[in-house]
Amino acid sequence: MNGAADLPLAVAIPVAILLVLGAALSLIGSIGLLRLKSFYERVHAPTIGTSYGLGCVLLASMVFFTVLQTRVVVHEILIGILVVITTPVTLMLVTRAALHRDRLEGNPEAPPPVPRTPPED
Amino acid sequence: MSQMILSWSLLVAQVMLGLAMVGPLWRVLRGPRAQDRVVGLDTLYVTGMLLVLTFGIRSGTVLYFEAALVIALLGFVSTAALAKFLMRGEVIE
Amino acid sequence: MTQRAMRWILPHPILSTGLLLMWLLLEQTLRPGPLLVGLVVAFFGGHALGLLQPERMRIRRPGLILRLAGRVLVDVARSNLAVALVVLKPRPERHAGFIRVPLALRDPNALAALACIMTATPGTAWVEFDLEDGELLLHVLDLVDEGEWLRIVKERYEQPLLEIFQ
Repeated sequence: MNGAADLPLAVAIPVAILLVLGAALSLIGSIGLLRLKSFYERVHAPTIGTSYGLGCVLLASMVFFTVLQTRVVVHEILIGILVVITTPVTLMLVTRAALHRDRLEGNPEAPPPVPRTPPED
Repeated sequence: MSQMILSWSLLVAQVMLGLAMVGPLWRVLRGPRAQDRVVGLDTLYVTGMLLVLTFGIRSGTVLYFEAALVIALLGFVSTAALAKFLMRGEVIE
Repeated sequence: MTQRAMRWILPHPILSTGLLLMWLLLEQTLRPGPLLVGLVVAFFGGHALGLLQPERMRIRRPGLILRLAGRVLVDVARSNLAVALVVLKPRPERHAGFIRVPLALRDPNALAALACIMTATPGTAWVEFDLEDGELLLHVLDLVDEGEWLRIVKERYEQPLLEIFQ
């Protein structure tokens, strides 16, 4: 803990709250990953960690380093943007792959594809 | 005083994040299906990145930020590749 | 003439500005050296995107973007709480399900923004979108009323996105 001793209390307490809140949110997401019954329900659980869980920890880090180094440190925003943009892509790919596999196996859990009218000549 | 608050909250947060890795790890090891393993791995990457960020706050250096950024990038690429593998049965075609 | 020159230097001004900002954030400085390299990166980045020939993005009504962003932040927080409650206190009567939402959005950028919103919200997951008949397949964790979800997606998110992008 270099230099954290001279951090004012008014900064240390919000940072501490944000850290614990973020970690708790991603712990809840992880419990959800264990507990929920079907794959399509489990996909929802990790997004708690990637939305506000990540946001809280990043905000804590930004506030902490900005006060510690007495200059604006906001490069954590880059991680936030990266995760916000990439999570939809990965989750969409995985759920589509799961849907594809379930449909191939005829799993009743998966909704059938949209009935398509054949193109008229 | 503020040092005590910070180090305790960091400890609590790190223990919680460590516990948060159990759920995804279970899904990676036990499945039951391949897509569960992939989602587990993706969550494992994000949780690991959060853990690295808390280590950065503990040490007071911004060096850990780069590690976190690399983990986030690698997580995205590997999950995308694995999802494509689930869909087609091969990555390079 | 000046407008054509601007077009040539910055074919994609939003992307180039974003690249420059990202570079400066990574370098964490405003010294002239990194600034120059960042400008070069932004210049070539804009031209590299030009090679991919994306559709030109037109964004209107910046005030509405801010309002939508605020609304999404609040909704995501609310949905975080709801999903956390579902995980911690399972209710036997809760059921998850798929819903189909017919969308009027066609602009790829707007669809990407909608996908980001729906995925960032923990209670909903974007499963599949059919560009031909514009039907979106959503999975909802706590499905109480199908019509309510349809209304949320259509009115709260799709309507502002339509106004911003088209």
